[in-house]
Amino acid sequence: MFKYSLHATVIATAMLFAQAAMAQDTAPMPEQSAAMAASAPRDPSLKPVFDEFGGRPGLVALMNDFMDNLMADTRTRPYFVDADREHIKVELVDQFCVILDGPCTYSGKDMEKVHRGLGINRAAFNALVEDLQTAMNKHDIPFRAQNKLLAKLAPMHKAVITK
Amino acid sequence: MGMYRKNRATWLIGLALSGCVISSVAAAAGVESASDSSTPTVSNKLLLTGGVTQVEGSAGGGLTPWAVIGGYGTSDEIGANAFLTHVNLPDYHLDEVGAMVGLYDRVEVSFAQQRFNTEQVGAALGLGRGFTFQQNIIGVKVRLFGDVVLDQDSWLPQVSVGVQHKKNDQAGVLQFIGAKSDEGNDYYVNATKLFLGQSLLVNATLRFTKANQIGILGFGGDRNNSYKPEFEGSVAYLLSRNWAIGAEYRQKPNNLGIAKEDDWYDAFVAWAPNKHVSLTLAYADLGNIVIKDRQRGLYASVQVGF
Ligand code: HEM
Repeated sequence: MFKYSLHATVIATAMLFAQAAMAQDTAPMPEQSAAMAASAPRDPSLKPVFDEFGGRPGLVALMNDFMDNLMADTRTRPYFVDADREHIKVELVDQFCVILDGPCTYSGKDMEKVHRGLGINRAAFNALVEDLQTAMNKHDIPFRAQNKLLAKLAPMHKAVITK
Repeated sequence: MGMYRKNRATWLIGLALSGCVISSVAAAAGVESASDSSTPTVSNKLLLTGGVTQVEGSAGGGLTPWAVIGGYGTSDEIGANAFLTHVNLPDYHLDEVGAMVGLYDRVEVSFAQQRFNTEQVGAALGLGRGFTFQQNIIGVKVRLFGDVVLDQDSWLPQVSVGVQHKKNDQAGVLQFIGAKSDEGNDYYVNATKLFLGQSLLVNATLRFTKANQIGILGFGGDRNNSYKPEFEGSVAYLLSRNWAIGAEYRQKPNNLGIAKEDDWYDAFVAWAPNKHVSLTLAYADLGNIVIKDRQRGLYASVQVGF
């Protein structure tokens, strides 16, 4: 009998996956202007995630801890120690807010231009993601909501990682 | 063959055993993490995205290899880990140790030694109680393209190819049961995709193999002695940074006339408290093995790495 319930699990999970895949397929294609090409575009389906992040105030609070983590992490600190960290936080709030379809506009620099000279490798990129995850956990942002944001940030590796 | 016997409930023993294994390795892992602070530039992959160690020693789920390169190293780094696996079935058990090295997120080299104990079945077959097949497996996997974590804006999976070279130490017995060889190569290609927005990881593997019961019963047989493509699949749902649950399926050949072989299934939970340790517990259904049907039991695996 367990064998059949196992089969059922496999099939159910496969169906879940198929549904998720279809949901992704039918989601409206986010429009991409040239200016936003190196950043992540607004995605209306992420509006509920914006609320799970606690809206704009939630993002402001999150970014404080995120930047603290980046400065405490020996893998990322060297990149940020001489940067205008308060300014970066402000831009990050706007950027994440836009990605999550919040009522903001991103007026910061192009992702590729701003990171080009920094010599960021994959390890530093992953370290930053971990520091963000730690900050999101501290703010009790649900894991699934975290992953929805990370899924939008991940493709920016092409603009950010240069070595 | 028709000698089905009722399952003995060996669950508790299995649990106790895996508990011992877990605690002893956890102690070893404590030493590992202590040395970590001086080498902050190794092991920078994200947690659980490297998979665990599958039954033949490659990075993957429990039963099937994934396209990921084992160890937490990125493209500038080397990662390595070692594992212990115990599978407790009603009429058999499997003990396994091994290690792997992941090079620059491109190549994975692995070694595993399996000891498959036939318990009372060995006596029934005249081989002696506790007769054990030992198999050594050397694996090489190469990532061809794709990035399982970062490629979130395309449908492209991470794709790898690999070979597992297997050598069994019981040539005489294998010949007797009809196997054509005591060694063989499995060749596979696999594709792994993380749907991060859905917290879902999906893997598909196509394996070309002649192995009977993954090689424990040798390679090729009276019914078939050619390479057959076999499908393997896994799905894993990420519950948190540290926990994943999932299910797997592994299609298998059926080459031996006297020892029917079934496809394998499992449902697993994996826990990675940090990058140095992961634990996998699974309930596996391995079907018929030689003269004993309904071989279902606990699969426990612990991996330590750096
Ligand atoms: C998806 C990943 C990333 C995103 C979304 C992101 C986003 C941003 C944003 C919005 C800014 C401010 C732009 C402006 O000033 O107008 C910025 C600046 C900066 N980022 Fe990133 N970043 C990412 C990855 C990284 C990584 C991995 C590092 C290094 C470990 C890094 C280091 C920096 C530094 C040092 C600055 C300041 C540069 C300057 O002021 O000239 N970033 N980033």
